[in-house]
Amino acid sequence: MPKLRMTGRGLWITFLIVPPLAFVALFIVYPIISAFAYAFFDWQGLKRLDFVGLENFHTVLFVEPYRSWTLNAFKNNIIVFFALMVLQNGLGFILAYALWRELPGARFHRIAVFLPVVLSTIIVAYLFKLFYHPLFGVVNISLRGLGLDGLAQPWLGQSGTALWSIIAAQAWHMVGFPTLVFLAGMQRIPGEILDAVRMETESEWVKITQIVWPLVAPSATIVFTLLFVGAFNWFELPYIMGGLDGSPFGSTDVLGLYFYRTAFGNVSAGQQDFGLGSALAVLIFLFIAAIATVITVRLRAREIQI
Amino acid sequence: MKTNLIRIGAALGAVLVAAPAFAQDLTLWSWRQEDRAAYEQFIETFEAANPGITVTFETFEATNYNTILSTALAGGTGPDLAMVRAYGGLENVASAGYLEPLSTETVPALADFSAASLAAESMRSDGQVYAVPFASQTQFVIYNKAIFDANGLEEPQSWADLEALGQSLKDAGVIPFANGTATAWQNETVTFGLGSSLMGKDFYEDLIAGETDFTDERFTSALAAVADVAADYFPDGFIGLDYPSAQQLFSSGLAGMFIGGSYELANFQNQNPDIELGMFAAPGETAEDEKLVAVYFDGGYAVNAATPNKDAAITFVNYLASQEFGQAFANTLNNISTVPGVTFDNPLLGEVAELNQSSIPYLMLAHFRYGEPSGSVLIQGEMQKLFAGETTPEAIGEVLTTGLAAWYEPFQN
Repeated sequence: MPKLRMTGRGLWITFLIVPPLAFVALFIVYPIISAFAYAFFDWQGLKRLDFVGLENFHTVLFVEPYRSWTLNAFKNNIIVFFALMVLQNGLGFILAYALWRELPGARFHRIAVFLPVVLSTIIVAYLFKLFYHPLFGVVNISLRGLGLDGLAQPWLGQSGTALWSIIAAQAWHMVGFPTLVFLAGMQRIPGEILDAVRMETESEWVKITQIVWPLVAPSATIVFTLLFVGAFNWFELPYIMGGLDGSPFGSTDVLGLYFYRTAFGNVSAGQQDFGLGSALAVLIFLFIAAIATVITVRLRAREIQI
Repeated sequence: MKTNLIRIGAALGAVLVAAPAFAQDLTLWSWRQEDRAAYEQFIETFEAANPGITVTFETFEATNYNTILSTALAGGTGPDLAMVRAYGGLENVASAGYLEPLSTETVPALADFSAASLAAESMRSDGQVYAVPFASQTQFVIYNKAIFDANGLEEPQSWADLEALGQSLKDAGVIPFANGTATAWQNETVTFGLGSSLMGKDFYEDLIAGETDFTDERFTSALAAVADVAADYFPDGFIGLDYPSAQQLFSSGLAGMFIGGSYELANFQNQNPDIELGMFAAPGETAEDEKLVAVYFDGGYAVNAATPNKDAAITFVNYLASQEFGQAFANTLNNISTVPGVTFDNPLLGEVAELNQSSIPYLMLAHFRYGEPSGSVLIQGEMQKLFAGETTPEAIGEVLTTGLAAWYEPFQN
């Protein structure tokens, strides 16, 4: 083993590594570990009481009313994940392909598709709330204008439509991101391969399924994993559009809102429980970490080096 | 010469040592950003009468206020004084021991405050008062006088009158009630702002005495009546209408009535200075039934138990409990001050105070926000289901009773 000498270079490396390491330790590792620790205690407001072992975990998973709340929020997160997989990533792939093929107006559309991504979530949420307004919203007004009065709905007020309305807003907001990542992936495909394909077939379908899709696998890994993490950490849009309670009656409740309510309370509940909140946070974290790892490993395996 | 120098030095030293005792800087935290100008004026009055004490008013976002305050108090960076919520919201902060208990010894004026207002700022476990209550709010029906006059309408005396009133407005092309229920807490406001007289004082007393629960017919039939009125006389698609939109429907004169709290009055007048407001307690079944409004207390002013400036903070709290302050509070903020003996210049407030003579507490807030699940969360979600046609009033009675039994002892057998 070479002896580590504090030469100028070694000092420089230490000097460059220690601050970010300390930063990560203080602001990421420490909070995660303390959330783990908090989850094993009983709390009264923000005052820590006794060590209670796994009781908080047991409560949020198996004791009513927490059990139904947890399951309901979890179910909604799963719906959000699969819906966005289709609406955001699926559409993103199609848009990326269209942009890559440089259909007419591609330069304009490249900007147009990505523009909503840079808007603040608050603005998007507010805009869509106005769109969905039951009386004056542009959605209902358009439907009525087309003579489809029967389809005009109180979108955010019905259990059947509320979550989907928010998912649609999210997909509109973020579709530019997977588009951009897929587009970057497609632009990396070498011209020779494409020329070779052109000799073999004229079919766009074959080209997409046999060449493009396998070769943008690294892009897919990124957007799938990020979408998974994002879908299970979803908070801002449902918070602004549905409220902290997941209005109406839990239809738009997701784990993020549920965790926030449980740990910090809301005006209508008046209760704060750090122990239960931390237990939820730990469970959410473990779940996301485990599944995201599986997804990444699985998807990495199908990536091809050119 | 030398002794003089020593004397001057000693005097300077004494001044320096004593200086902190003279200039005491207090901070007061609040969630009422909209009241900043008024509070700065109150504070000026106080500072003029109490030289040496200065108070800074700081505000935080309302929804997360409790979280922000308790986090700061736990971390030792809390303010000297804070506005705190009432009932369960107060217990959250007070139960961890962050607030200084107040008594008639430290704040003599508390002796004259109403028992209900002090109860709202006490902990159930020790019965101690932790804050000087500042305002009460009343849930009832607010109406647009010009619209009522133009259609020759009057305040309803019975439930049938109320329905007839809704029909007349509808026939006249006016939305009868502006309310929407997409915002969860509005469901609770609508339920008790409209249904308190139908439920009645007897039901309330029996419920609190543990002699009945929410499956009581007096309660469930009131819910059914409220849901019927909502279906017929609320705006189209009201279940998707959020709170700000509902307010705008009313203040813009598109709707004749708004079920809401006394806190809306100033709001509506700000949004539309020409609007002429009236208010009534929603009626009971018959004209003979007592007309009740639902009253609750908003919050209070509390002292941080760990403040280094406790004496100055107590002095300030005494000012906040004084009639002088109560009067100024009522006059500038258009709120019903809880300070006894305050008179109301604003005729609307005078009317609210009169309606308050016949009231029951705003039920879920006053009694059922002390555990999980809270009565408020339950009634809000269940009423949304009822409005969407996904449950029945009887089923709501069951859900409330069994749900609350998780922590509310009288329901546990």
